[in-house]
Amino acid sequence: MDTVTREKYEVVIGLEVHAQLKTKSKIFAPDSTEFGNEQNTQISPITLGMPGVLPVLNKSVVDMAILTGLALNCKIPNRCKFDRKQYFYPDLPKGYQISQYDEPICIGGCLDIKGKRIGITRAHLEEDAGKLVHAGADGIAGSNYSLVDLNRAGTPLLEIVSEPDMRSSDEAKAYMEELRNILRYIGVCDGNLEEGSMRCDANISVMLKGSKEFGTRAEIKNVNSFKALQRAIEYEIERQIDLVEEGERVVQETRLWDDNLGETRSMRGKEDAHDYRYFPEPDLMPLEISQEWVERIKETMPELPKAKRERYMSLGLSEYDATVIVEQPELAFFFDEVIKLDANVKTSINFLTGEVAAYLKEEKLSIGETKLTPENLVELVNLIEKGTISNNIGKQIIFTMLKEGTSAASIVEKQGLRQISDEGAIKEIVQEVVNSNPEQVASYKAGKVQLLGFFVGQVMKETKGRANPKTVNELLKEFLD
Amino acid sequence: MIDIKDVEHVAKLARLALSEEEKQKFVKQLNSILEYMNELNEVDTSNVAPMEHSIKITNVMREDTVVVDFSREELLNNAPEEEDGFFRVPKIN
Repeated sequence: MDTVTREKYEVVIGLEVHAQLKTKSKIFAPDSTEFGNEQNTQISPITLGMPGVLPVLNKSVVDMAILTGLALNCKIPNRCKFDRKQYFYPDLPKGYQISQYDEPICIGGCLDIKGKRIGITRAHLEEDAGKLVHAGADGIAGSNYSLVDLNRAGTPLLEIVSEPDMRSSDEAKAYMEELRNILRYIGVCDGNLEEGSMRCDANISVMLKGSKEFGTRAEIKNVNSFKALQRAIEYEIERQIDLVEEGERVVQETRLWDDNLGETRSMRGKEDAHDYRYFPEPDLMPLEISQEWVERIKETMPELPKAKRERYMSLGLSEYDATVIVEQPELAFFFDEVIKLDANVKTSINFLTGEVAAYLKEEKLSIGETKLTPENLVELVNLIEKGTISNNIGKQIIFTMLKEGTSAASIVEKQGLRQISDEGAIKEIVQEVVNSNPEQVASYKAGKVQLLGFFVGQVMKETKGRANPKTVNELLKEFLD
Repeated sequence: MIDIKDVEHVAKLARLALSEEEKQKFVKQLNSILEYMNELNEVDTSNVAPMEHSIKITNVMREDTVVVDFSREELLNNAPEEEDGFFRVPKIN
């Protein structure tokens, strides 16, 4: 699409995020919610919708929903209730999903991204559905029956619905990322998009810039990664603009994102099923949430990502570093311990976002799974700050510390890595290097000053990287100039 | 008043296959039920909150603990068809 056409339009995006709450048992049944176990090993008569069973609400689910609501600046009404949303599909044996329709647990909040405020309409509790496995080699097409695994049926979900406040795929991604950060920091959801513990539907429409009326929206399902979210939105923007430009109308419908083909396609035929005929769930009594209850939960609220980022920046971290570390809660908690031990903040953060983060990514580990302790890192940082070892040596031995848990001081002593800052000793080596490279010295003197790096390298080679770089530079200049 | 289209719609949502005769029968029956409900509509309820339950109990909850009462085999025994620990169902389009 040419940019002129594209620029005429503005996109309007609202997101519905389903977050699996990190409870041990299901929302209305005592089955385990653990991920990845053998099919149908986490089911019960309640999950199967057997006659005569009654659902009983899990208290932790309510606590987590309140905590999330507070973190998202929502109001927690003093009363909420559950409703039946009816549809017939084998992933839900009861023939209905227990959800919340007109009286959700959280209403009217907001979340800030990059200086922009995104409204949150509501957040409501519901149960997840099971999984259908389509038999036959080529999936859905080739089989005449389906296999059902109901382990996931009844897993607690909090559906967080935003206002249509986002105006680009970047904003949608930023919202999703910040929401994920918050959910992870308050410990209610592990935010694992791959395992489906956080899922997203996007409502997307386009309108001419400056228009006051939104266009007709399409609901895009099955966007299961940040990349998919952005690609799906970009695809929808172009599809809808094309339709409008050709004088056609955008149909209000549900579309499925196909990540392999990179396109959305209509789920027509399922539209009828959107007549869910909600009614109040007779098997569950309403919830009354007192102010005291809300206050009790509020007291357990940990520091939220935004506050953490701002605190790190006030300590002298760049916005980039602060953002990178806050996106990794475990690293951030580790960093908080380092700060408490009064280490140089910038040197510490360079290790954490540099060598440590790279190592974790490479080895697919979390910081807790390595042998590095905050105390050891601080000791390493202090050795560098005092000039006992060079920064480069530090970067080498951090890997030993991660793997073996050895203290920095003992590695330095054992391998003789102490930095040589003694001028006399370095002078000798500098003299040697200058004497044995007459050609380079001549070129340098003829004006090829970038050769200084070559000399520094030679000195470092002779000292196995232990010479104080500042002293080396100074002495070399003295000799050469 | 509901007509045959409403009956067909509701039957489709409930995945019920109805014969023409049944459809006609249900149009009649459902309309007579709705007519009766309309009589109730004559009562002024504008100041009455909707009632979902006949008893006033709130906050019925359980602690977040895992309990296993039945094995997969026992629970699958109730299914018409099973395969490899899965429930086996007709394919839904």
